[in-house]
Amino acid sequence: MNVFTQLGQWLAEANRWSWSDPAGIPYRILQHLGFSALSLVLAGLLTVPLALWLAHYRRGAFLASSAVNIGRAIPSFGLIILFWFLASRWGADTDFWPLLLALVALALPPLFTNTYAGVVQLDQEAVDAARGTGYREWQIMLRLELPLASPVIVAGARVAFLQLVATVAIGAIVNDGGGLGRYIVDGFAEGAQGYGEIFGGGIAVVVLALLCEGLFSLLTKLATPKGLALQQARRSS
Amino acid sequence: MHASSVTPLLAESNRPIFEWRWVERNSDAIAERLGEHVALTATALGAGLVVSLALATLCLRFRWFYPLVLGTAGALYVIPSLGAFALLVPFFGLSFTTAVIPLGTYTLLILIRNIVTGVQQVPIEVREAAIGMGFTPRRLLWQVELPLALPVVIAGLRVAAVTTIGLVTVTSLLGMGGLGYFIRAGIQTTTPNPSPIIVGIVLSVLLAVVVDLLLWLGERALAPWARKVRAR
Repeated sequence: MNVFTQLGQWLAEANRWSWSDPAGIPYRILQHLGFSALSLVLAGLLTVPLALWLAHYRRGAFLASSAVNIGRAIPSFGLIILFWFLASRWGADTDFWPLLLALVALALPPLFTNTYAGVVQLDQEAVDAARGTGYREWQIMLRLELPLASPVIVAGARVAFLQLVATVAIGAIVNDGGGLGRYIVDGFAEGAQGYGEIFGGGIAVVVLALLCEGLFSLLTKLATPKGLALQQARRSS
Repeated sequence: MHASSVTPLLAESNRPIFEWRWVERNSDAIAERLGEHVALTATALGAGLVVSLALATLCLRFRWFYPLVLGTAGALYVIPSLGAFALLVPFFGLSFTTAVIPLGTYTLLILIRNIVTGVQQVPIEVREAAIGMGFTPRRLLWQVELPLALPVVIAGLRVAAVTTIGLVTVTSLLGMGGLGYFIRAGIQTTTPNPSPIIVGIVLSVLLAVVVDLLLWLGERALAPWARKVRAR
């Protein structure tokens, strides 16, 4: 049987377009995005304030430069399975927490490095000027360094989020979550019978990732403070 | 009475988190999967490098081509690995080809960008001197520009290699996976076995570190001038 015929049959199955049934593509999309967004927000809350503080006082430069490399070398697939194993060993819930923790851990390095780099590369004259006008250190961090570094931070969030979207799918191997990856992993279990499901799930994951990338490039434009955008436009022209 | 209900749980958690015995018993399989991991990585990187070199040279000659290539490579880079495998399995089955194609395409963005930037960074005086000495465009590229771009190209190759080594573990879903095979095998037994999981992760990270180090040493050997410039 042709893959495309199989795909058509799979798409026509009951509840495939349901928002509330686990078989539904919309349901899985929401789950996929929910997991990715939740872990990105958690990772951001954990790492951005710390990186901002460290960068303001120019501490931990080595950590900032090596974090991304360490993160790259650790296989996300291994991290998910390891956390799943630890949860099952300690009798904890294996459906939600292991995947979430693995995802948060994956999102930390790009966020940390970009926040740090974004603050460190700022024009020190602006910081000195703010200090001269009577800004306290925390005000400099929150009102000057954070907004001026925001395009670089958002770029880091973009890298992290795309990695998260890809990894949530892999999470389907160990739990019922896993968003759209569910279809792919279930399809693999069925062998040649599951080609329609594998293919459909694959298309859905790819389209979702591309849409997220598009959204983020829009967000990057919005996150750039007006003054900074003007400056960049002038510099490039 | 009370104790017996607790025993099964204790028996399981008494199992040590890592057993050297497992490593000794499976050393042949570990060596075999390590070889598979290296083969998948090398094939993907090699193919990626050849394609990148071809596309980058085209981009350097025809400037309008560059944004197009970069956009396409960027879109390919965004595709989740599992999704890419899923799209290829119906056509190539659970095969080496299915595993290698996405691994290779992920290297394109980094490699093309680094080759093009590396060549563009070559000082204009050097290029003019070479042209003045009678270098043809082809010899200029292969004998002057690319060698001078080597540090940047190798920097890209290091990132691509480390990323690929991590991604190879996911191909365990296709029945391959190199060291990722052990990561998956650890949860496929009736009682999950931590030893293969740990072996898979640790060896995969070690392989990434070793390859990164080798490429770094290669850069120092092939482009010794780069070190001096940076030191200044």
